[in-house]
Amino acid sequence: MQTWYFSEQSYHPAWNQRQGDVRITSASDAIDPETAHRLLTRYIDEWVAADELGLNIMVNEHHATYTCMSVSCMLTLGILANRTKNARLLALGVPLLNRFDPFRMAEEIAYVDCMSGGRLEVGLIKGTPFELYLSNANPADAMRRYWEAHDLVEKALSHHSGPFSWEGEYFDYRYVNVIPRCYQQPHPPMWLTTLSSNTAREAGRRGLVLAITASAPAARMAYPIYREEYLKTFGRPAELDRFAFLGYVGIGKDRETGLARGQKVLKFVEATERTDQSFINPPGILSDTDNARILRAGKTTSHRTKILPDGRPMSDRPVAEEYVQNSVMFAGSPDDIVQQLRTFYDSCGGFGHFLMQMGGELTAQETIDSLELFAREVQPRLQEFTAGHAAAA
Amino acid sequence: MSQFSTFQISGTSVEVWRAGKGQPLLFLHSGEGVEPALPVLESLSSRYDVIAPSHPGFGGSDLPDHFSTVDDLAYFYLDLIKHFELENIVLVGSSLGGWIAASMAIKSSGSFSALVLIDTIGAKFLDESTREITDLFSIPQYNQSQTIYADERKIDYSDWPEETLIRLARNHRSFTLLAWSPTLHDPKLRHRLARIDLPTLVIWGAKDRVVSLDYGRRFAEAIPGARFTVIDHAGHYPHVEASEPFEAALDEFMATLAE
Repeated sequence: MQTWYFSEQSYHPAWNQRQGDVRITSASDAIDPETAHRLLTRYIDEWVAADELGLNIMVNEHHATYTCMSVSCMLTLGILANRTKNARLLALGVPLLNRFDPFRMAEEIAYVDCMSGGRLEVGLIKGTPFELYLSNANPADAMRRYWEAHDLVEKALSHHSGPFSWEGEYFDYRYVNVIPRCYQQPHPPMWLTTLSSNTAREAGRRGLVLAITASAPAARMAYPIYREEYLKTFGRPAELDRFAFLGYVGIGKDRETGLARGQKVLKFVEATERTDQSFINPPGILSDTDNARILRAGKTTSHRTKILPDGRPMSDRPVAEEYVQNSVMFAGSPDDIVQQLRTFYDSCGGFGHFLMQMGGELTAQETIDSLELFAREVQPRLQEFTAGHAAAA
Repeated sequence: MSQFSTFQISGTSVEVWRAGKGQPLLFLHSGEGVEPALPVLESLSSRYDVIAPSHPGFGGSDLPDHFSTVDDLAYFYLDLIKHFELENIVLVGSSLGGWIAASMAIKSSGSFSALVLIDTIGAKFLDESTREITDLFSIPQYNQSQTIYADERKIDYSDWPEETLIRLARNHRSFTLLAWSPTLHDPKLRHRLARIDLPTLVIWGAKDRVVSLDYGRRFAEAIPGARFTVIDHAGHYPHVEASEPFEAALDEFMATLAE
C-alpha cells in the first residue's frame, strides 16, 4: 500500500474572516499577500517533509476559492519535482473540461515527468462542475469533449516520431509535437476520479487507476464494476494498484489528540460547503432524470452523504467521529487508524493507494508531527494489508 | 397534446404543434420549450395557420449529434419551411426563438412576409465587461420563473408529472448546449442584423429582467426600419403574461403591412 500526502493549499484565514461563499464570487481582497506567501511556502515544505519520510505526494487545483490556492497541479509539481527526491508525484488532477489546450497540458506533463526523473503520475480528470462557471466550458457536451481531450493528451505523450495533426470535434491542431518527451515511456501512469458507474466502467476498460474521493459507498459501488470490466478487457484480475481511495486523516499520539486534529482538518470540508447553490449543478452535467428530481424538490444539495450507517442524519457541521463512522475520515491514535482503515479496506475489496488528506486548520507543527506519526506507526502496518491480500489471491 | 404531430425533416424527427387556417405563422419558442406559449398560440390559430415546432433537442424532437449552435437550428428551420412548402410566413420568435428567427432572416428572407421578435436574446452591443443578457444558466432551473415573469412568480414543480419534468430538464440541457458560451449570444449577430430586409416588429416586456428595454431598443435599431413596441406589465414573456396587448400589437403591425 502506497500512501500519498495531500492538502489543498487553502487560504484558511479567509473562511473565518469572511461571511458567505468561499468560491467563485468571493473577493480576493480577503487574501493578505504576505500571509499567502508564507502559507504557500509552508505547504511546499510539508510535502518535502513527506518525501523525506518515505511518503508519496498528491496535489490538486481549484479556481477562485479560499479553500485551494493551487491553480495548477503542474505549477505545484514543477516546484516539487525539484525539491523532492524519491516521492511519486500525483496530479489529481488536471481538469480537462476546464482547459482548452490539451497539447499544452501534454507539454506540462512531459516537462514535470522529465524534471522529476520519471516520478509523475497524472489524473486527467473532468474537474469540479461548479468551475465550469469559471472556465466557461460547456457542461452540456462535457463528456464528449472530455474523452476527446483525454485521447489527444495520451496520443501527444505517446507519439515520438514527429508531429501529428488533430482535427477533432472540439480540438484542432496543425502540428502536435511534445518536446521534451516523457521520462516514463510511453507516458506516466494515468488516473481517473469518479463517482459514477459509467466512468468506473470506462476506467476499467482503459486500465486507468480508479480513485474514489471521500465516499465509501462510491468505492463499494465502483471498485467491483471496475474489476469486472478490467477482467473482461485484459483477461486477468486488476491488481490492487489500480484502486485508490481518498480519506481525511486526523492522527495523534492518542485518540483524543487525533480526533481533535481530525476536527481541524474538517474545517476545510465545512468551508467547502459554503458554495452558492446556483453553481453546484450546471445544467447538463447530471442526467435529465436527476434534474427532474431536483426541479421537483426545488433545491440543489451537495453530493456529500448526509446519513450515518445506522440511518441517522449527520450533524449540520462536520464532526470527526461521524466522518470516521462513514469511512470518510480515519482519525484517532495510530492503532485506531490502522483498525479503521482495515475495516474499510476489507469492506470494499482492497485498494493499493491511500490518499491521505490533511490541511484544513492544522498548524505547520501539527502537520509535520502527523506525517511523522503516520510514516512511523501506520504506514509499515498498511503493507501487511496488501501482503495479506496478495497471499489470499 | 392532440395538436402535436411528428415529422421527419432533414433526417431528424421533430414534434410540431399546428393549428388554425390562414397565413402561416411559424412560432419559435424560448429555451424553456413551447408549452408556456400554447395558450396564445391557440388564440392566434383563430386567424393564422400556426406552426410551432419543438426545436431539435427540445420537447419530443430529436437532436442530431452534430447540432450545437443556433445556426444549426436556423438552417434546420429553413429546411422545415421547404418541407411544409410554406410561403408568405409571419416568423415569430421569443427569447432563444427570436435569436433563431433573426439568424434565419439574415440568411434568407424569401419565404417570409414579416419578422416578429419577442424579447429576443442573441446579440451583444456593449463593451466586454457589461453583461447585457442575464445569465439564465447561473439561476437554478427551479427559480427561473422568478426572473422570467414580471410578477416574479415561483413555479412549484412538486406535483408535476415525471415525464413533463424530464422534458423540461432536457430542454434546459439543450438550451445550455446552444447558448452557454458566448453567454446567450453570438458576437457576429449584431453585425449581421442589418441584412434583414423584412418588415420587423420588435416587441418587449416593459419589466423584462433577462434583457432590458434598452437592450430591446438597441436590437430594434440594428434592424433597418424595425418598429419597437413595449408591452406594459410584462416581463420576458409578454405573449404569455400579457397576451391580449401582445396580440393587439401583432394585429396592428400586420394591418399596417396589409395597407
